[in-house]
Amino acid sequence: MEMRSPLARVRGLGAAHEGAHHWWGQRLTGIALVPLTLWFVWAASGLIGADLATFKAWVGTGQNAVLLILLIVSGVHHAQLGLQVVIEDYVHSEGAKTVSLVLVKLGAVFLGVINVFAILKLTFGS
Amino acid sequence: MARRERPLSPHLQVYRLPRTAILSITHRMTGVALSGGILILTFWLTSATYSAECFAWAQDIMGSWIGQIVLWGVLFSLYYHLGNGIRHMIWDTGAGFDLPTVHRSDYLVIAFSIIATAATLGCVYFVIGG
Repeated sequence: MEMRSPLARVRGLGAAHEGAHHWWGQRLTGIALVPLTLWFVWAASGLIGADLATFKAWVGTGQNAVLLILLIVSGVHHAQLGLQVVIEDYVHSEGAKTVSLVLVKLGAVFLGVINVFAILKLTFGS
Repeated sequence: MARRERPLSPHLQVYRLPRTAILSITHRMTGVALSGGILILTFWLTSATYSAECFAWAQDIMGSWIGQIVLWGVLFSLYYHLGNGIRHMIWDTGAGFDLPTVHRSDYLVIAFSIIATAATLGCVYFVIGG
């Protein structure tokens, strides 16, 4: 016998009432990070031991600045989604779990903003 | 009769994890390591916004032997997480889920992460001469 109401069946959200939002965000950012991280490894290899002038010239091209911002934004989003699942699975005390989740979520936004600001400052700053 | 405390399953102290499980937990551990990599990237980018000396100091730290070991660890984590992440997306389509195929792709992911790390290491030290 079907135990779910017809509405619940149509919504298809299951017991967590959350749906595929987390899953989909993880996949989308994961797909974006495949080319972005490979590009970054290649680009960063050329900057080993570089001085600030060389580094600024490299970031300052619009293309590199845009790719760096895309890398950072998809990176922090992907990381906080992944760390959220790790915390939910391994931190069992409700208080510690909530505090860790808040720190990870806010920390991700904080790191994202710091890095984007740094990239813009290196690109447009004096 | 008193109830005995039974071990929860899988009882990790006595249960030898199958290779698939080791690769699965490695995916999480490399993911956590890569989150640490974001902190290193933040350190690198923000140091450049202060001064030439500050950036040179950051470059020196990352170029030190301990810095290099950490960066190679992050790079290995990246290649592993990338290779295994692509495998997860293939699994999402429903393909490659039978056990013989999973055992083959296990070795493919391990080989890819080791070879890609070694190839990057070779490029950096011998081609670029870093």
